[in-house]
Order: sequence, then C-alpha cells, then structure tokens
Amino acid sequence: MDTTVIKTGTEGNAWGGDSQPLKVSYGKMMMWFFILSDALTFSGFLAAYGFSRFKFINSWPIADEVFNHFPFLHGVDAPMYYVALMTFILIFSSVTMVLAVDAGHQMKKNKVVIYMFLTIIGGIIFVGSQAWEWKNFIKGEYGAVETKGGQILQFVDKDGHRVKLSDFVTAAPIVREQHQNKNGIWFYGEKELPTYTVDDVVSGFKKRSDLLIRTQILTEDGKKTVLSREASMDKLTNSVVGVVEGANLIKNEYGSTLFANFFFFITGFHGFHVFSGIVLNIIIFFNVLMGTYEKRKSYEMVEKVGLYWHFVDLVWVFVFTFFYLV
Amino acid sequence: MAHEVGHHESNTKRIWKVFTILSIVTIVEVILGIIKPEALNAKVAFMKLLNWIFIILTLYKAYLITWAFMHMEGETKGLRRSVVWTGIFLICYLMFILLTEGDYVFEVYKNGYKSWDF
Repeated sequence: MDTTVIKTGTEGNAWGGDSQPLKVSYGKMMMWFFILSDALTFSGFLAAYGFSRFKFINSWPIADEVFNHFPFLHGVDAPMYYVALMTFILIFSSVTMVLAVDAGHQMKKNKVVIYMFLTIIGGIIFVGSQAWEWKNFIKGEYGAVETKGGQILQFVDKDGHRVKLSDFVTAAPIVREQHQNKNGIWFYGEKELPTYTVDDVVSGFKKRSDLLIRTQILTEDGKKTVLSREASMDKLTNSVVGVVEGANLIKNEYGSTLFANFFFFITGFHGFHVFSGIVLNIIIFFNVLMGTYEKRKSYEMVEKVGLYWHFVDLVWVFVFTFFYLV
Repeated sequence: MAHEVGHHESNTKRIWKVFTILSIVTIVEVILGIIKPEALNAKVAFMKLLNWIFIILTLYKAYLITWAFMHMEGETKGLRRSVVWTGIFLICYLMFILLTEGDYVFEVYKNGYKSWDF
C-alpha cells in the first residue's frame, strides 16, 4: 500500500465536483437567475398588455394624449417630455451605479460612497416622478361620458381640440346624495358621485353648438373618430349612461378600462421594484460607509445589488417603449 | 477568472461612452414618438415601420445595458447563454402566442354578430 490518497479520476474535468464552470460566485449567479425569472414575469405582463392591445387595436387610447403633463407647465400640451426625463434620470442612476461598481473594483471606498449616494437619489426622484404621473392619471383632465356599451365619448371643439367638461357644463342645483352602505342597503354602497349628471352634460352640450363628440374608434391615420353634430346629439341623448372623471380600475376617461388597469399594474410593479432597489441600495450604502467590504477586501455586494438596479432600468426601457411609444 | 482582484483597470471611459449612446437613442425615440413622421406609417410585416424602429432601438438599448453595465460581456459563455437564450426564446414564444390570440379575438369582435358599441 503506497498511498491512501483518494483519486476520483475526474481532476481537470468539468464534471465530478471541485470545478466552477461558470467562473462566478454563488451569489452573483443566483442574482442572474433571479433576474432571468423576474424578466420573464415582466414579459408576461407586457405580453398580456400586447394581447389586450391587439384585441382592441382599433380603439386603444393614444399615449401622447394621455401623458402630456409637465411640472409647472399647466395646460401646456407636453407629450412624453416628462416620461423622457424620467427615463434619463433612471439611465443616469444606472450610470452612477456602474461607476460605483467600477470604483469598488479598485477598492476606492470614498468614490463608491459618492456614486451609491447619487444612485439612491436618482432612484428616489424616479419613484417620486412616477407618483406624480399616477396622480395626474388618476385625477384626469378633461372628463368624458360613458355609453351603455361601456364606450368612452370625449368632447372636442370644431378644430378637434379637447374640451373640458367644466368648460361647458354647469352643475344643476339638484343634489343627489351619495348612497353609502351605512344609510341604505347595507351591502350596496356607491363610489363618489361625479361632479355633473348626464342631464347637465346634455344641456351644456346643447347650448354650445361648436361642440362635437369623439369616439374611441381610431381612423386609418391613427386619429380618433369625430362624429358630426347630429350624430353627436343622437349618441349623447340615446346611449349615454354616466359621467366619468379621471381613471381608476373600474372606469377610465381616456378610453379602454384595460389601459388604466395595465398602466397601474405594470408601472406599479416596476415602481415597487425601484422602491425595493432603493432599499437594497441604502443597506449596501451603509455597509460601505461602515467599511464592511473594505474588511472583506471585496466589493462584490455592490456588484450584485448593481445587477438588480440595472435590471430595473432595463425593464423601464421596455415599459417606456411599449406603454408610451408604440 | 474574469474578476480577479487587482486585475481591474478603470472602465469609466467606456461607461460614459455607453451612456452617451443610450441618451442619443432615447432622444431619437422621443423625437420620433412626438413627430410620428408620415413616411414611417407604412406597414412592414404586420406592423408600422415606426413601431419596428422603436422595438429595434429598445433591443439595442437592452443589449447595451446588459453587456456593458451588467458586465455580461465579461461572464463565461455558459452563464451568458443560460441567462440570455432562456429569456429570449421564452419571451419570443410568449409574444407570438399572445399577440396572435389577441388579433384573433379582435377579428371575432369585429366580424361577429354581436354589437359591442351601443
């Protein structure tokens, strides 16, 4: 017996243990596979959005008309400027993140601290902007009416410019009380009443002879169909059942309800990812400050959390395209 | 190993270059989205040319972010393929199925005997 050394006969082979074919640490590899699964989740949402959009391909709302607000520019039509700015902020925070990772590779603690801090600030600005965007979307701007078939009718003047309900409707003094479940049938409450009743809208519309109705249906060149005055009158008196102001999960003044549902769900899910990314970044930021990674002699944690942060940016690139551009 | 300590020269130059490209692409997308040039409304393979341009530019941005910022270019072939190929194949399949079905439902709504707009 010469030796008791155990040889498995697999030395130098890829199989048999003791080798790292992917040449990457466990944590980083798992972060990659988490990102893969999360990417598939998001693609599921976006594909579902595509399904609904193809289903209502001739009546989907036009994003340029929905997202046209910019801070401090009231009443100015600014299609997509704000969301473009948000995109820049997120891309830029991605850049500061990758700079932090780069500084980490060179073990420059102070640089990592500065870049991580900038990344966190960028993330917070982005989430704040998204909240502002939601606020505008929920509040609505012009108001619309809804038909029996659930179609949304909007109001335009002769030149095709949108007209707000408040510009031509005066609320009649008859006040109908909101039906709350505490003082009526207990299992049957109702949502906040709209400012105007259908009768108010009809009488206001009759007084302004320049007003027309715009339906959800898109024409050949991608604009919404505008009805003639007679057809508008007919629609308004015969098929309208309610007034819609703003958007929620049930009603939506911009058009198809599904548009609002997907907007809330997809941007909300993405916003939640940004939020959790900020929390992770803050944790890592304090670890860097305390010198944890200096002691560990490796800033790989910054790299891992950076992967997640870039992924959040990557998803936004797709959401931006499919929600706002296409 | 791709990430040995002390083996790292600074990549800052590359990072800023990628950022510049990403910004330019985004600006082009936004300008096209606001103007929506008539010439790009022509249909190419079931979709407007403009939409194809948006999608291609988006995939280009995604490639830049994954390769340069997430450092996919430095990973081994095995890791790269197991992440990227899995995603791409599954997403292409999902998109194909759902968009085809969506178009089918649209046709049913349009040509069916029920009126949806009343």
